[in-house]
Amino acid sequence: MGLRLGVDDLELIALGAPVLGTGGGGDPYLGKLVARAALERHGPVPLVPLASLPDRALVIASAMMGAPTVFVEKIPNGSEAVRAFRALEEFLGRKAYATFSIEAGGLNSTIPIGTAAALGIPLVDADGMGRAFPEVQMVSPSLYDIPATPMTLADEKGNVALLPRAVDNLWVERFARTLTVDMGGSAMIALYPMSGRSARRALIPGSIGFARRIGQRLRSAWAAKSDPLEAIRRATRGSLAFRGRVTDLNRRTEGGFARGSVRLAGTGADHGRELLVDFQNENLIARIGRRVLASVPDLISMLDAETGTPITTEGLRFGQRVAVLVVACDPKWRTEKGLSLVGPRYFGYPVRYRPFARGRR
Amino acid sequence: MKDAGYRIGIDVGGTNTDGVILDPLQRFVRKAKSPTTPDVATGIRVTLERLLDGWSGDRRAVRYCMLGTTHCINAILERRGLDRVAVLRLGTPSTDAVPPFSDWPASLRDVVKFRSFSVAGGHEFHGRVIRPLDVGRLHRIAASLAGRVRAIAVTSVFSPVNSEHERAAARVLRHDLGAGVSVSLSHEIATIGLLERENATILNAALRSVSERAILGFRRAARALGLRARLLLGQNDGTLMDAAAALRYPILTVSSGPTNSIRGASFLGGVADSIVVDVGGTSTDIGLLKGGFPLQSARPSLIGGVRTNFRIPDVLSLALGGGSRVRTDGGLTVGPDSVGYRLPQEARAAGGPTLTTTDVAVALGRCDFGDRRRLRDLPRPLARAVDRRVREMLEEGIETVRISSQELPVVLVGGGSVLVGAGRLASLPVVRPEHFDVANAIGVAIAEVGAEVDTIVSYEGAGRAATLDRLRAAAIARAVAAGARRAGTRVAQLEEIPLSYLPGNSVRVRVKACGALAA
Repeated sequence: MGLRLGVDDLELIALGAPVLGTGGGGDPYLGKLVARAALERHGPVPLVPLASLPDRALVIASAMMGAPTVFVEKIPNGSEAVRAFRALEEFLGRKAYATFSIEAGGLNSTIPIGTAAALGIPLVDADGMGRAFPEVQMVSPSLYDIPATPMTLADEKGNVALLPRAVDNLWVERFARTLTVDMGGSAMIALYPMSGRSARRALIPGSIGFARRIGQRLRSAWAAKSDPLEAIRRATRGSLAFRGRVTDLNRRTEGGFARGSVRLAGTGADHGRELLVDFQNENLIARIGRRVLASVPDLISMLDAETGTPITTEGLRFGQRVAVLVVACDPKWRTEKGLSLVGPRYFGYPVRYRPFARGRR
Repeated sequence: MKDAGYRIGIDVGGTNTDGVILDPLQRFVRKAKSPTTPDVATGIRVTLERLLDGWSGDRRAVRYCMLGTTHCINAILERRGLDRVAVLRLGTPSTDAVPPFSDWPASLRDVVKFRSFSVAGGHEFHGRVIRPLDVGRLHRIAASLAGRVRAIAVTSVFSPVNSEHERAAARVLRHDLGAGVSVSLSHEIATIGLLERENATILNAALRSVSERAILGFRRAARALGLRARLLLGQNDGTLMDAAAALRYPILTVSSGPTNSIRGASFLGGVADSIVVDVGGTSTDIGLLKGGFPLQSARPSLIGGVRTNFRIPDVLSLALGGGSRVRTDGGLTVGPDSVGYRLPQEARAAGGPTLTTTDVAVALGRCDFGDRRRLRDLPRPLARAVDRRVREMLEEGIETVRISSQELPVVLVGGGSVLVGAGRLASLPVVRPEHFDVANAIGVAIAEVGAEVDTIVSYEGAGRAATLDRLRAAAIARAVAAGARRAGTRVAQLEEIPLSYLPGNSVRVRVKACGALAA
């Protein structure tokens, strides 16, 4: 059986998750404090392997939706996620066996830990992305035609909204986004109810344990004063594809997303080369000249060149020294259906996706 | 535009309290130093006495005294002399999952926390009320605090967007408790990010007595010496506030030291846009100045182990200085450790056992220290290799803080700057100004009055240009209210950060305005 997640595991997950956040996903610091309060009150949370879910068990995702900027200002009161979850159970007429994370990269890695503690149910060691993506429908269950609905949203004022059905998950994204703004810019949601059998097929296994392992290796590297970048590279089986310094930074808000690009001038072995990374909350495409070095759905993470701390697209600044880590995405995203949902073309780049293989530069 | 009258700048550092007198044209007149004392005030008095002793000028012509001090940060680090604080958070039904003092080191929380209360109130990001402010509860809380606490911190959800509830709560508390209780309001101190802003506000409240003692001590010393100058304090961002404001916002002075140092250096170097490299004994600070102000960091920073988000100067610190150890076993390394203040005993040139960067500078004939003959056995190629390594480290740091390919001058200051040989650094011209040993005191003496607006706006409706114009005018109005002369008060910095997942092109805008002191 799996691990029981306590306060220290939570610290490690919050440390490792932003590496999978690829620049987006929000800072897990406050999500960690919210979850820690729940763990301190209710005790540790069993982490169960995806493969161990019984066929007919009901699992439901718990997440925060909305602007990270709002979340850090209008902190939850701690009951929202539980109320959203209970309302969905009530609608379905069944109790959930476990909860899971929709997005292991960033803030939503820690939210379901608090929910699981408060509800006294296990957390599944899996997620719906294996990284971070900006929209509700960009999850692996979409590839198996599993709807996000019925879903519920709850705010701190006591409002709960139920969305019983939408024709597809893109519509869910639209409706839920509007409701979230009405609720003050952030809401707690319960969604993607599914059977254990569906979950085993559709979710990405091991993501929470993966985030925890990255956090653990990073912390050990700091303690041992060894190279944190190398520790992360090994933990993720990724590649440190570029090292450089931020020389240009371009940000704008478009359709509610922070879009932009960052230019890096190579240092060390990359001296004389220039890398351009486009982002839309998350880092999407990394190019040297016209050559694509890596692209979404593979993971492109910026790490502080000295400490290995992941840098969000909002945290980028001129002059920063960064290392670019590229990690292969889950094979589910590399299918035709996967790429049509989260490939470079969906984000508006006329680029053909080439899977990033280790060692390729 | 210059102000009539002389000005005195005093910088209370960890080791020394430095002072300077500048004339009405901001030219250097005199400088003095004395050791910093635990009570702060004595060190200030001695430095002032040394400055004024034998000065032929008219003491009554000193119009302003500017004080830059690190005693507030030391009080927090040493948990010394802090007040207990009652904390009010206006935001129920939101925010209760993470109560005040979450994630504080127990040693600090135990001396600062009196009690915390959550009260209905607060606003949404677009300014709508979450819940009306529970005024009845505020009265009851005030009654329970009467006579038991001298400092209160009030934080309301989204107060940087709408501060109405914080101001209303302050009116109730001041009415019920009287002027003897100080009320710190979060929107006046820090920015979006409730917990970090609340932390900064609590620390501000806890510094009440500490700042009173220092400011009253300074005032008394100045009066005893026949000075009638107006007292102003240097803030973290390089601008000034008057003594009355400093008593209310002591937290805004905690990192004024590095700011004053790099501003003073750029002033001495005669360049407003520059890269300042301050080489000390154990470390080197490198900062970028634009329009005479250091770039600032809004990333969360730890003050005494507490996460806060008020803006501090973005200074890069390298473990390189005049006392850095040089090792040759297993490849050449410089630092990161340093012999520090023991240089006069430890260094080879002084007869000690340790090879330091200063020894190399002595061997290369760059400075007089100890006895050069003691370094006769130091191979010339090794000295040159160390010299190259030091230069590489500095150039690497300069490249890191540099944000464009524009050719900016490098202002090289600090006791350790003798390490660096002549010529350009990172292909940039180098300026080495005089009087750099009192750069901090000069930095605070030349400061202007400033104020900031930091808020979230939508560009839909009024549009970007009109919205930015409105915020520029608001920042200038605040600077004037803080004591700047209207003519010549200008916008020094403007920053826009687009926010994700919010409607209507929501942008966080920060505008900083500053101007000369009003007469």
